[in-house]
This record gives sequence, structure tokens and C-alpha cells, in this order.
Amino acid sequence: MIKAHCMVAGLLATSILGFPAQAAEQAGMIKVSKGAVSIEREGQRMAAGVGTPVMVADRLRTGADGSVGLTLRDNTLLSAGPNSLLVVDKFAYDNATQDGRMAVGIRKGTLSVASGKIAKRTPESVDFHTPTSILGVRGTEFVIEVEGDGDE
Amino acid sequence: MNKSPLSLALLALLLGACASERVVLLPAADGSTGAVVVRDQQGELRLDQPYAALKRSLAANRPYQSSPAEVTERFAQALAAQPPRPSAYVLYFEAGGNVLTQESQAALASIRKEIAERPASEVMVIGHTDRVGNAELNDSLSLTRAEGIRDLLIESGVAVDKLEAVGRGERDPLVPTADDVDEPKNRRVEINVR
Repeated sequence: MIKAHCMVAGLLATSILGFPAQAAEQAGMIKVSKGAVSIEREGQRMAAGVGTPVMVADRLRTGADGSVGLTLRDNTLLSAGPNSLLVVDKFAYDNATQDGRMAVGIRKGTLSVASGKIAKRTPESVDFHTPTSILGVRGTEFVIEVEGDGDE
Repeated sequence: MNKSPLSLALLALLLGACASERVVLLPAADGSTGAVVVRDQQGELRLDQPYAALKRSLAANRPYQSSPAEVTERFAQALAAQPPRPSAYVLYFEAGGNVLTQESQAALASIRKEIAERPASEVMVIGHTDRVGNAELNDSLSLTRAEGIRDLLIESGVAVDKLEAVGRGERDPLVPTADDVDEPKNRRVEINVR
């Protein structure tokens, strides 16, 4: 019964929260990659080794033996442990004016965050979301864990 | 995007039945502690002390005090995968032009070494000016300074596609001054290696 609820919730999440496809902008780059790490982009799945660019709307997945670390263009550090799914929903950063905004979702697994320049300058334009909550950041470091079988 | 409050509430309820979540605020690498504000249907909760934590399950919140031991137990692999911290260098110029001070020329060598040693390094070169001259001229001078340093790095073997150069003109001074003040500390290029 709970399983069925989760599937319905997953579908709802996709239809209600789903972001429209946007022109892919580079958000960051993979700096650390251990075990099974992949990126899903426009329906394709590829291995995500060190040096792989991460684009807006990419889904980043780690396997049971996987972990991954990436640095976003505003110096935000993100890293995920095994069995994790991260999505970079939004990212924009102007180097000259330092204006920007970002939204990163963790659907399952573990995530550590050290916030970057956007959070320092305009904290209100940065958010992290889990399946049930939204985290606002006031220039800081934190960890998030999402347990359960939500996958979408 | 049409998010009706009813469907969002339903969604939170359904997902809440599946997932349990945990958030722990950590002390920052520089010793400071910021804050995280967790918002959901019920309202918001602020974590602003080191290891302040929140456990959520069945859409209920339970604040508690976490510890380094718990963070290690649950997050060791995520934390071990954290990329190296970005580092920032500042190079200074002789007045009015595009010539580095002698000390800054020497500093370039260690910057090149770091760029070579970091995994998948990327470099942002940011030019700045003091407030002598008008703003437009300084925008262009700051970009010229940044591009000059970028070109030096390319000549020394750094790959072009790792480098980005940008000019911030006089709008981001290290030392705030009145207009038209000759301030050596503001005639600078920052190099950010990540």
C-alpha cells in the first residue's frame, strides 16, 4: 500500500514540480568520482568521471559503491554518497555582476553542501529541496539525508 | 507552472509516508557557522548552531542535537567525496597599466603549480581597477588586466578551455575609496582556482 502511494507521489512530483526543458547551461564539473557514478541527460545515461561537465537539468546518480563530488561555477561544493540521486534544477551565475540563482534537489541518498558565492551575496536565490521540504541557506555547510525509495 | 495548494499538500502527505529525512548543520571550514532554514507545509524551522539537526518522518519534524560521531556514521562517504576547496589569489599592478608588481610576478609560479595539480581544475581570472578615471574606462582596463593574466597562464601551458577572464571594473574594490583615489590595493586581478 505504501509502495503504491510512493509511485503515485512520484508521478505527481514529476507533473507538479517538473521543470520545463531549458537550454543546457553548464552548472559545474565533476571533481571526484568513485565507483558507479552516472549522469542522465535528455534521456541518455553516461558515466560521470572526473572532468565531466554538469549541465542544468542533469540527474546525477551514484550506485551502491559510488560517491561523487562536484564544484559549481560559483564555488558551491556538492558531494553525494552511495545510492544517491541529485538534480541540478536551476543554475545561473554571472561572473561580472556576481548575480545568480540555483536550485538543487536531493531525491534520495546523502548530500553534503558547502555553499558558494551566490548564497553569500543573495541567499534568497539559493534553495535545496528534498521530497518534502525546501532548505534556505544562509552561507553555510550542511548535510542532508533522504531515506526511502523515492526515485523520481 | 500550476501548483495548487491542495495538490502540493497531498503530495507532501504521500511522500511523507515514504521518506524520512535528516538535515544537520555543520561548522564551516573557516570556523563560522551559518544557518539553514527548513520550510515545509507546517512552517519553517531554523538551524543555526553547530550540529543542530532536524529529523523528518511522516511529515513531522523533530529537532535534535547531532554530533560529529553521527555525521561520520551517516555521511562519511558523502563528505569524503567533497571536492578540494577553491583557492583565491590576488595579483597587483603598477599604477594605470597592465604591468604586475614584482612580488605578483613571483606568485604566478605557485598558481600555475596548483592549476596543474588539482583534479579537473578550472580557473576564473577577475580584473579590478581603482577609481581613477571613469567607470567605462575602468571596465575596459579591468578586462584588459584579466585577459593579460589569462594569456600569461596560457603561455605557461594552462589549457585555454580551463580559463575564463572577466572584468569587474571599479565596482568591487578591496579598499572602498572616494572617486578618483589612486589605491594600489584596488588595482588587482583575482585568480580563483576551483
